[in-house]
Amino acid sequence: MSGAELGLAVSVFLACAVEAVEALTIVLAVGTTRSWSSTLAGVGAATALLAVLVGALGPALTSLPIDVLRVGVGGLLLVFGLQWLRKAILRAGGLKALHDEDAAFAHEMQAARGAGFRAGFDPYSFTVALKGVLLEGLEVAFIVLTFGANQHRVGLAALAAGLAIVLVAAAGIAIRAPLARVPENTMKFAVGVMLSSFGTFWGAEGAGASWPGHDAALLVIIPALLAISLAFVALIRRASELSAAQAPVTVSGS
Amino acid sequence: MSAVTAAALGVWNFVVGDDWRAAIGVVVAIAATALVATSTVAAWWVLPLAVVALLADSLRRAARAGQR
Repeated sequence: MSGAELGLAVSVFLACAVEAVEALTIVLAVGTTRSWSSTLAGVGAATALLAVLVGALGPALTSLPIDVLRVGVGGLLLVFGLQWLRKAILRAGGLKALHDEDAAFAHEMQAARGAGFRAGFDPYSFTVALKGVLLEGLEVAFIVLTFGANQHRVGLAALAAGLAIVLVAAAGIAIRAPLARVPENTMKFAVGVMLSSFGTFWGAEGAGASWPGHDAALLVIIPALLAISLAFVALIRRASELSAAQAPVTVSGS
Repeated sequence: MSAVTAAALGVWNFVVGDDWRAAIGVVVAIAATALVATSTVAAWWVLPLAVVALLADSLRRAARAGQR
């Protein structure tokens, strides 16, 4: 396995694990509160839709000329990756709330209890599970397709995604609770860096640039972008501290 | 809203998110890379520099919006 393929597998695995943890929280909340059979039917329907999407678009994308694919898909991946990275930096810098699976679980359970209940097939459980898995899964499908198509390794990308889903599902079944101890925010930060780095590499290559060292340039781009992102986090924290220190102090009288 | 418009909006929100300026910036930066690549100057440095600048600008705007 080459370095770029390893990067592909790690990026897809991490992105998929993060999204699977979020989908698992929704599935557990609805299944526990209402109906497991209807919830699992929703999960199955969403998984089938995602498989059809990847199965249909994967071969279509890989049949495109490599430069068209790299500039188009690399650009899309870069736009998508910058969105992830920006949110991750804002979370790490304290300007955006961290994702909390326990809070999400409690919120979903409260909503599920509040909805009307009926015996037999439960449309609420089916719809919420379908929507949750489909929305989280679309991000994974996008990453699997863009990464996989660019290296003509859609199979490897799908395998990494499948492995992440199996591991997260097994952990969820074992502990029967949201995976709140998974370092989700750190993983999202890592995925943001990886997506943006690969997007930069492929986008530039597709536009006609030649990287010094070819694929080995990724070994510089990824750590450099990580270092710059961590510097942005430090700058944001410092600015927040300064602005808090300069805020007028309110003295309450007794 | 027609189904096509709704689908297009959905794709836009999914890929671009809440910062369309960064997306436009990426397109411009890739075009600039392609332009430099047609000359005798190496073009690989254009996109990394643009990415750092776009990220900094996007974070600056988000931080300002958060302070308001």
